[in-house]
Amino acid sequence: MNPENKTRTIKVDYLARVEGEGALYLKIQEGKLEEVQLKIFEPPRFFEGFLRGRHFSEAPDITARICGICPIAYQMSAVHAIENAFNITIGGALRDLRRLVYCGEWISSHALHIFMLHAPDFLGYESAIHMAKDFPEKVEQGLQLKKVGGMLMSLVGGREIHPINIRVGGFYRAPSKQELQTLVPALKQAREDALETVRWVSSFNFPDFEQHYTFISLRHENEYPMNEGRIVSNHGLSISASEFDDYFEEIHVAHTNALHCVLKVDHHPYHVGPMARYALNFDRLPEPIQWEAKQAGLERICRNPFKSIIVRAIEVRYACEEALRIIDTYTAPAVSFVEIEPKPAIGYAVTEAPRGILYHRYQIDGEGDIVDCDIIPPTSQNQKMIEKDLKQFVPRYLKLSDERLQWYAEQAIRNYDPCISCATHFLKLNVDRS
Amino acid sequence: MEAVERNKPKLAVWKFASCDGCQLSLLDCEDELLALTENIQIANFVEASREVLPGPYNLSLVEGSITTAQDLTRIQQIRAQSNYLVAIGACATAGGIQALRNFKDVKEFINIVYAHPSYIDTLATSTAIAEHVNVDFELRGCPINKQQLLEVIKAFLHRRKPNIPSYSVCIECKRRGNPCVMVMGKPCLGPVTHAGCGAICPSYQRGCYGCFGPMGNTEYERAGRLVITKRDAPEGLGALTSRFQCKFACFQRRKR
Repeated sequence: MNPENKTRTIKVDYLARVEGEGALYLKIQEGKLEEVQLKIFEPPRFFEGFLRGRHFSEAPDITARICGICPIAYQMSAVHAIENAFNITIGGALRDLRRLVYCGEWISSHALHIFMLHAPDFLGYESAIHMAKDFPEKVEQGLQLKKVGGMLMSLVGGREIHPINIRVGGFYRAPSKQELQTLVPALKQAREDALETVRWVSSFNFPDFEQHYTFISLRHENEYPMNEGRIVSNHGLSISASEFDDYFEEIHVAHTNALHCVLKVDHHPYHVGPMARYALNFDRLPEPIQWEAKQAGLERICRNPFKSIIVRAIEVRYACEEALRIIDTYTAPAVSFVEIEPKPAIGYAVTEAPRGILYHRYQIDGEGDIVDCDIIPPTSQNQKMIEKDLKQFVPRYLKLSDERLQWYAEQAIRNYDPCISCATHFLKLNVDRS
Repeated sequence: MEAVERNKPKLAVWKFASCDGCQLSLLDCEDELLALTENIQIANFVEASREVLPGPYNLSLVEGSITTAQDLTRIQQIRAQSNYLVAIGACATAGGIQALRNFKDVKEFINIVYAHPSYIDTLATSTAIAEHVNVDFELRGCPINKQQLLEVIKAFLHRRKPNIPSYSVCIECKRRGNPCVMVMGKPCLGPVTHAGCGAICPSYQRGCYGCFGPMGNTEYERAGRLVITKRDAPEGLGALTSRFQCKFACFQRRKR
């Protein structure tokens, strides 16, 4: 039968190798892609609801529970937003420790995605466990890289999932220099493994698929961005976190029952995450890593979302290097946190979660209780971009079998490392499993 | 090779309302994961694999709480296909932090978070797996401890009882040789909290905040009041006991 003369629907009821519950629906009519829906059916959990009335000191522990993959990101955006409300800036060793623990989460989350969730697509395996039968040493290397990220989170944060040591104003206990130094051999090995990973993933076959994205990320005056910086774009945007609501909005798109983040000015979707950070902050990477990126075939800006796997590997390489630098220059602070006197105020922060910018806003009363808050995770911001990619990408491969086409479409979604658990607490959705 | 695969016991991992952290704990077993897959077949673990093999499953690990009508049906189907079913983590064993809705009008929460509340299809409550189906074992924690997860998997595959201690965090804390944080005037739920985390909070000079829930099925706030007398937590004891294990808290006394 000529596939061009019939209606084909491709349904993936439960997307694999993404964090959380999502589904994909493609409708192809007479050889044309008619409909693309990235559905989110993860049940809502109402975090902004039950944060109301809670003391500000509870926010880092509670918001961490939005996501088990990137709890540090939630804790970092929470503490920075609340400190912003009280006009407090944390500097010195405490600031370094925050950057260090974030390095751990970037390494761990990126290694999980590169090896366990994304690489199997390029090599044609159902999972990393299947891949391990033919590439045992690669999967082993990936697991070890991930483990080093986890060790860093465990030492600085207390444990790797939902760390307990992060508080508004600093840390409950600042680790000693000797404690941090125990991680140096593992980090040095990880740094080498990361470079091998950059080379390995750059040897994959990539579909020819360049897109003209609006990239949004943080930009700091001299660092590759994690906790601080202005929100910038490749089209001249430069704003502070407090202006987020003025420039971005969530619109309701009928066919998905989900809210999509867009730029207010033109209602266009935008791209957040490793590719955006890299494109807007290439000059903030150390020169040797810039060179390694070029050797791996990356330009200063990478516009092919399938190559995000190389950019993630570059960021793992950077995070290992940065962690070693911080440990080397670290001197334990005299006090592990700054005491905070609450007052009625509103605070904002954006930090760079592994998947892109994560926005928090808190309104706090004179007792220190949260009156109102708003949390916008990166996957919510990327969701419309993912659908747009699919609309561009799928039509090129309509001649493929349903099975092949489905796999390609899934891979195009996994390019974004979507974290649906994160996105859900705020998405408007109909829980519909049909 | 195929025959060997067929003879391995089948493990399935299922997700309900949750943060994904407890199932991630399985992938966090970096040193044991590949060895584990030599002895068991991961037959259904959507977060990690596209391959979904049909049941029945020797062991099902269930993460998350029941919050939608569809999930009420799905958990029954999972139970029917599973020889053993283990609930993992605070969401699956106690409804999780999202169970805070159980003590309020869920509409109030929906209106706060969602602009178009009519789109939201959710139950008024978030409940533990054991409230709906028979559960063979409950592994506590927010998140669970990955070494305990491995122990549970091994125990069920060998048809023995998991060796998971049910004493309090205090015992773990004493074993680590920590100075008591309560002596330093910090409120700590360690004496009445189920062990399993390894007493990490006191090791970081912080009082226990109860991720593993009460030791036994005590009314958490009342038990906490016995140990927290000198200085209240800034957020209040009620808030301290009504987070991830709020099912066990006493809400009548809460000010909010």
